[in-house]
Amino acid sequence: MGSLNLKSIRKAFGTHEVLKGIDLEVKDGEFVIFVGPSGCGKSTLLRVIAGLEDATSGSVQIDGKEVITTPPAKRGIAMVFQSYALYPHLTVKDNMGLGLKQMGAPRAEVDAKVGKASSMLSLDPYLARRPAELSGGQRQRVAIGRAIVREPKLFLFDEPLSNLDAALRVNTRLEIARLHRSLKATMIYVTHDQVEAMTLADKIVVLNAGQIEQIGSPMELYNKPANVFVAGFIGSPQMNFIEAGRLGDSQAKTIGIRPEHITLSRDGGDWKGKVIHVEHLGADTILYLETEVTGLLTVRLFGEHRYDVDDVVYATPDKALMHRFGADDRVQR
Amino acid sequence: MSKARVSPLRSGFVHLALAGYTVIALFPVLLTILNSFKDRNAIFRTPLAPPTANTFSLVGYETVLKQGDFVGYFQNSLIVTVVSIFFVLLFGAMAAFALSEYRFKGNTMMGLYLAIGIMIPIRLGTVAILQGMVAAGLVNTLTALILVYTAQGLPLAIFILSEFMRTVSDDLKNAGRIDGLSEYAIFFRLVLPLVKPAMATVAVFTMIPIWNDLWFPLILAPGETTKTVTLGSQVFIGQFVTNWNAVLSALSLAIFPVLVLYVIFSRQLIRGITAGAVK
Repeated sequence: MGSLNLKSIRKAFGTHEVLKGIDLEVKDGEFVIFVGPSGCGKSTLLRVIAGLEDATSGSVQIDGKEVITTPPAKRGIAMVFQSYALYPHLTVKDNMGLGLKQMGAPRAEVDAKVGKASSMLSLDPYLARRPAELSGGQRQRVAIGRAIVREPKLFLFDEPLSNLDAALRVNTRLEIARLHRSLKATMIYVTHDQVEAMTLADKIVVLNAGQIEQIGSPMELYNKPANVFVAGFIGSPQMNFIEAGRLGDSQAKTIGIRPEHITLSRDGGDWKGKVIHVEHLGADTILYLETEVTGLLTVRLFGEHRYDVDDVVYATPDKALMHRFGADDRVQR
Repeated sequence: MSKARVSPLRSGFVHLALAGYTVIALFPVLLTILNSFKDRNAIFRTPLAPPTANTFSLVGYETVLKQGDFVGYFQNSLIVTVVSIFFVLLFGAMAAFALSEYRFKGNTMMGLYLAIGIMIPIRLGTVAILQGMVAAGLVNTLTALILVYTAQGLPLAIFILSEFMRTVSDDLKNAGRIDGLSEYAIFFRLVLPLVKPAMATVAVFTMIPIWNDLWFPLILAPGETTKTVTLGSQVFIGQFVTNWNAVLSALSLAIFPVLVLYVIFSRQLIRGITAGAVK
């Protein structure tokens, strides 16, 4: 009931091309996340799917039906916006029910569906209030409720958590994950936050400069990044990139190793270096080293460790988990 | 509100300046109202004194109400003003919405073209307008005045409203589109309520020149049945003899409808003027 098929979508604003040929297939019930740095075209792509922007060329199919000329309201989609975009002069109940009312659904049906969505999101006590009387988290729940009420084929989320504070963000993230499980609906979600992407998605689409860099499950992207961009974008702290020449590898251009795949020792190891800075996070300890071979190196150790600035240490990478990238920045396997 | 300490001397000067300006602005109005309650001799002998038991007289108001159809003039003025404001707001807001919301070829040029009207007075076209109205058979009708005033009010209305409409969030309009609202419904039900303060500002700026205008009623609709209040008051101003009691009374009466409309709009007006400056 909710598959999506994009074929060579291009979008240009004047001469500036924002989307440079996007092909993507989303299966029914999948949770797909578009992630990428700001300006990579992910929001524009979502708007093209929603029908709020016209693609310059290409085809958008929802459930196998071409919708490029269908207005947004008839595409069977619902969208949750970063700024909530609630109607300020309507109550929570009317906000949630407006879409159905516009479709001409009978009042009893609207009430029933709004009631169901509001109890799902525990919004019942607020139904008679206006958006101005709600907190940020409640407003975003209303916006999600408004989407649920429409029972769409596709849920579109445009950075829905960006305006919430950190604690609320985690809660709402959980709520969206639960919602996806209980509704079994197809969801497409845009974010610049890779943690959101890793925690929520079945499938992540990494976008950069209007092109898809890689599509895959969170663990695929983490374990087998296709190129330098994805390797650097997914994972925190960022992967270390080392010039291959410095490690005596003439075939590759760059060697990547994640901070958590390096072990430290005071006695001996591959790369000798000096500690520049230490971050103690409780669960992790993150060290920044200046080594003779690799230059600046980030190392992530699990648990608490006592290292001080200027300590001399030896770092040893896990050779099996190193990534080799060629001159075209693509991975070599 | 900020509670920053301000030196009493400084705030004293500010108040002095504001009070001075208030006096200057209110003085002619006050003088008109005071003198409208005096007899003819008192108006000329002691123009600045308030009416006393001796000089108090309602003769001006009696003349105004007896001579000519003043209620009719009032009605004409009200109809012309209210209908013109309505059309200015409706068409102005619609044009502003189109200019601020849709990307189309010549959008900026169209905006500039519509703004030219702010700089070029419509009175320059009086002769052509009169010829046009004669040809259309609209001379001596209120329709003629309404058409001219609508045209006169539109440039400023579009200019102010399109700036305000740019501030309405795109997400909100898009949410409406996804919920199946037509572009008209988005305009009337989402955008208009949000730019209400700006609409009030435009309404006041449009209303005052229309109400006070003497030029176009005199040229386009001087007939007895279509006279407006400002034109009606001219009856009492003669080349040799002017009935000052009546003129002053008529003008005093003419202030009130504007005052009422202003009070209606003023709460929104202040919000409209300070929007953006104070968040």
